[in-house]
Amino acid sequence: MTLSQRLRDIDWIDVWLWIFRILIIVGVVIGIVRKLFFGAGTAYGVDDWLDFFISGLSQGGLYALIALGYTMVYGVLFMINFAHGEFFMSGGMAATYLVASTLAATGFMNEQPIIYLVLVMVFSVLTSMSVSLLTERIAYRPLRRAPRLVPLITAIGASFFWQYIFRGFFGSAVKAFPVPTILEGRVNVLGLDFLKVRLMVIIVSIVALIALYLFVQKTKTGKSIRAVAEDKDVAALMGIDVDRAIATTFAVGAMMAGIAAVLWGLVFKQVIFSMGFVPGIKAFTAAVLGGIGSIPGAALGGFFLGVIEAVGPPLILEGLGAPGAHQLKDVTAFLLLVLVLIFRPQGIIGERLAEKKA
Amino acid sequence: MTAMLEINDVHAYYGKIHALKGISLNVEQGEIVTLIGGNGAGKTTTLRTICALMRPTSGFVKLNGEDLNKYKPSQLAAKGVAMVPEGRGVFSRMTVLENLEMGAFHRKDKAGIAEDIERVYALFPRLKERHGQVSGTLSGGEQQMLAMGRAMMSRPSLLLLDEPSMGLAPVLVEAIFSTVEEINRQGTTILLVEQNALMALQIAGRGYVLQTGEIVLSDNAKSLQRNAMVQKVYLGVE
Repeated sequence: MTLSQRLRDIDWIDVWLWIFRILIIVGVVIGIVRKLFFGAGTAYGVDDWLDFFISGLSQGGLYALIALGYTMVYGVLFMINFAHGEFFMSGGMAATYLVASTLAATGFMNEQPIIYLVLVMVFSVLTSMSVSLLTERIAYRPLRRAPRLVPLITAIGASFFWQYIFRGFFGSAVKAFPVPTILEGRVNVLGLDFLKVRLMVIIVSIVALIALYLFVQKTKTGKSIRAVAEDKDVAALMGIDVDRAIATTFAVGAMMAGIAAVLWGLVFKQVIFSMGFVPGIKAFTAAVLGGIGSIPGAALGGFFLGVIEAVGPPLILEGLGAPGAHQLKDVTAFLLLVLVLIFRPQGIIGERLAEKKA
Repeated sequence: MTAMLEINDVHAYYGKIHALKGISLNVEQGEIVTLIGGNGAGKTTTLRTICALMRPTSGFVKLNGEDLNKYKPSQLAAKGVAMVPEGRGVFSRMTVLENLEMGAFHRKDKAGIAEDIERVYALFPRLKERHGQVSGTLSGGEQQMLAMGRAMMSRPSLLLLDEPSMGLAPVLVEAIFSTVEEINRQGTTILLVEQNALMALQIAGRGYVLQTGEIVLSDNAKSLQRNAMVQKVYLGVE
């Protein structure tokens, strides 16, 4: 074989991708080494790193909760529900304006903080579920047999619709989310120092994720959702009401978003009508990271994204000498999305094999 | 006497394609009736029309005198109609046991369901061995057994089988067909759609021959086996 023939046989895209891979790995390694062993950028102690990690974990829990809505709807309808961020926003907004601020003003919040949190969460969940069921019934169900691009565009329209409906109701100002005083400050658990809200977010999100997983795996309704995700016609022949299973999927996803919205309020202490956009996109990233369609994937992707976002900039970017590394967490998140799409499009827990078989 | 299943002058379209051009057939209680024909003859379409997965543009499908077209597909299991779809349609990411449970989805009697799971296991011992296995990892023959077992879980009075022999080794085909006979002996009426006319006509009492959306022949199975056209086109006898 002559040299020119060999050159012709090389797939140059592959070569470029390999160079790209190597550059990234080298960059990451150099960043970490310079940071940890040569003290590039700000000096952090062990406590600081733990803090980054814990805040990443709690942020990741929020992403995971929201990501479930994307992944479950994709699982049954093969559709990216871009209005899902608005399901999240609607719960947070309605609960803050209609319940939380009233209860805070009357002093009930600090007298009965647990009942307060439960009430706010229930109200948020109910709002998110109502908004999602309305959207599914009015905007998506009539398009069930339309080409896949049509519901996608409808979803973007629905997203704007809900944003402006909520802006119309509650105005465009930032509203403070009242946090009970018992959740202020820090707490020491197992020798680790947590911000109380962060700890609460981590616990609630993990409990919710496990509950959801058990629901989908063990209950009859959960199994009907899985059956519909695999084959709608056959599921119908088994006696499963397909429309109802799909509506349940939306409701359950919205429930998780509603819980996430209250936790989000506790962490960031404010809500606004546009608050659904960035978490929505981030959670979508998490769902893709984990492998869209997979529930454990979404959970894993969420935590992974949260931690990378929190630890990545100080560890890698500062080591590489990037200025203002802490402001680059969004860059890190979306860079990660691009990398996953290039190198592992099926995500961490990919379902490529299963799809092939189907 | 009214037939259990009565299809009368059914027309159906896929878009502009006239898939069924006036099909009429009936199945009596306790029979095995087969519908044979080549690719694209409209066999699967006929079954989909019975199950309300497709709506006929004219004509009707009646079960025990009741029009099935007013029902949604999900209501038919409760009416006693079960189908084993073409290509088996097992839920490949669910376990064998979960698939069987799905077959009994409309039922509420837990004890009866447990009993029927044992009945299916008795019919297909292989399924019992693999009850916890994800069904996508089963062999083709096992998946066919699972699809049939799952259909039996709704205690159907009428079982529709769409090409159960497809893609299976001859030994397995024999086994599947003798199970079909067994299911029939236990009291289930069967409408069997097949390309494998040789096997289908051996177990069926009567048969219909479907060609490009029309029924061109109907007779009892013995006469169809001797029919010159059937022998030439479907049985490969020169």
